[in-house]
Amino acid sequence: MSQPVTAAGDVPVVRLGDAHAALGTRPVLRGIDLTVARGEVVALLGANGSGKSTAVRSLVGQVPLTSGTVELFGTPLRRFGDWGRVGYVPQRSTAASGVPATVREVVTSGRLSRSRLRPLTGRDRAAVDRAIEQVGLADRARDSVARLSGGQHQRVLIARALAAGPELLIMDEPLAGVDLASQQVLADVLREQVAAGASALVVLHELGPLETLIDRSVLLRDGVVEHVYDRTESAAVVHDPTCHPHDAAPAPTTGLLT
Amino acid sequence: MNILEFLQPPFMQRALLAALLVGVSAPAVGVYLVQRRQAIMGDGIGHVALTGVALGFLLNTSPVWMAVLVAVLGAIGMELIRSYGKTRGDIALAMLFYGGMAGGVMIINLAPGGSTANLNTYLFGAITLVSQEDLVVISCLSVFVLLTMLGLRRQFFAISQDEEFAMVSGLPVRVLNLLLAVTAAVTVTVAMRVVGLLLVSALMVIPVAAAQQATRGFAATLGLAMVFAAFSTVSGTVFSYYGDVPPGASIVLIAIALFALVTVAAAPLARRAARGGGGGRASKEEGDTWHNGRSEATAGSRRQA
Repeated sequence: MSQPVTAAGDVPVVRLGDAHAALGTRPVLRGIDLTVARGEVVALLGANGSGKSTAVRSLVGQVPLTSGTVELFGTPLRRFGDWGRVGYVPQRSTAASGVPATVREVVTSGRLSRSRLRPLTGRDRAAVDRAIEQVGLADRARDSVARLSGGQHQRVLIARALAAGPELLIMDEPLAGVDLASQQVLADVLREQVAAGASALVVLHELGPLETLIDRSVLLRDGVVEHVYDRTESAAVVHDPTCHPHDAAPAPTTGLLT
Repeated sequence: MNILEFLQPPFMQRALLAALLVGVSAPAVGVYLVQRRQAIMGDGIGHVALTGVALGFLLNTSPVWMAVLVAVLGAIGMELIRSYGKTRGDIALAMLFYGGMAGGVMIINLAPGGSTANLNTYLFGAITLVSQEDLVVISCLSVFVLLTMLGLRRQFFAISQDEEFAMVSGLPVRVLNLLLAVTAAVTVTVAMRVVGLLLVSALMVIPVAAAQQATRGFAATLGLAMVFAAFSTVSGTVFSYYGDVPPGASIVLIAIALFALVTVAAAPLARRAARGGGGGRASKEEGDTWHNGRSEATAGSRRQA
């Protein structure tokens, strides 16, 4: 996780170049350029339908690009196979299933990007335990995820991504529908990860408690990058870009806008 | 009279061993199908396997091995329809189901001296007719099913619980999906001699449905489902010996009775857990948020940009 910065340190961990993608016949990405440098935390902002989720899902190979390039750690996505370096936190809705599963079981599945088809070792189990502790759910490890609140469930998905010890976190709306205590846990986890050398790309509706961590904010609109805010602007300007990106009037900085 | 008198006849020894093997194998596959909400898949494979049985008669080869072959091909077809098929996948699956059943009936009538009566033991099971040779086949296939399903349980759990995440983990999701389909097909043909093709799916689904009401985790559900299913198959076989009733139907009815018992017993447990223990820390408000999140999921918010 905390590898020394070598010559490869100059290569961005994420690079999306002139990316086009469509869902069905509807073009969703219409030429997006996006990079995340090593150690950087980038927020991806925009209204519903602006292409945020499609952009991150194209990064992890779940939405094929119709044209353009995707690179992870300098390797074209097609040839990228080192998925243990990537911690993916999808939108929370995906994990509901018919059979109960404990927190530990769900988090353990995040370790499979390292262990693949071999049985788990003591080192794998220790990594799973550590990930559960990091999100503050050690006392709930043997509980069914169906019994958790929305915020706790989000923390499980984050622990699942941490279990592999990733160098890059890709999170799709990790704050949506999450209580304030869990938002704070997420901010603390992200701070620790970045301090240890990790990078992050986070889809957000609002910066919330992550505000001080964000190095750059990229605002999407209708599948193109409308604006990039640097660190100082991010804190000052991006209070509510989803609804009023260029509104001079102070936008209400109320709770969730989901 | 010896209380274990049912263990004396060799045909009962074979029947009970077959029942036990099928009892532990069926839910080991079924738990993943239930988790992916594909509980009906076992039924579909059963319908397709009937064509295989009939082909076995027509070609004068082993109906069981032909059933394995055709069921495996059918299951692979269903998996491909599931993973690549878009909007009309359900219709395509339905066609496969009906085609398998109709094909079986048609082919058996083409076989010399064949009639639908030949299919009865496969449709409804004939555990007391299990031969030494059948038992060898059932044992080999059960070992394959158990080794695959238990050995790769974390990987199969991952692809069943969140397929997209499993892909992003770099797991060979397509291969694992096909392996699951093949294993399900093998299980159906193994269980066919015990409960019959029409009731096969019951053994894959009902014990899992019963177990998950009393458990908090996946491994616990799997283990308890295997216990429930093995209890159902063995006790159903014994019951049919003394009661002179069809074993397949007895097994399935016992499994349903177990399900009902667990449902009744688990309701107060779940209430207590919600009040005090496990979920106690989640405030009501938080709990509601989570449920809202889930209903959004069903509304298809996942697919949006």
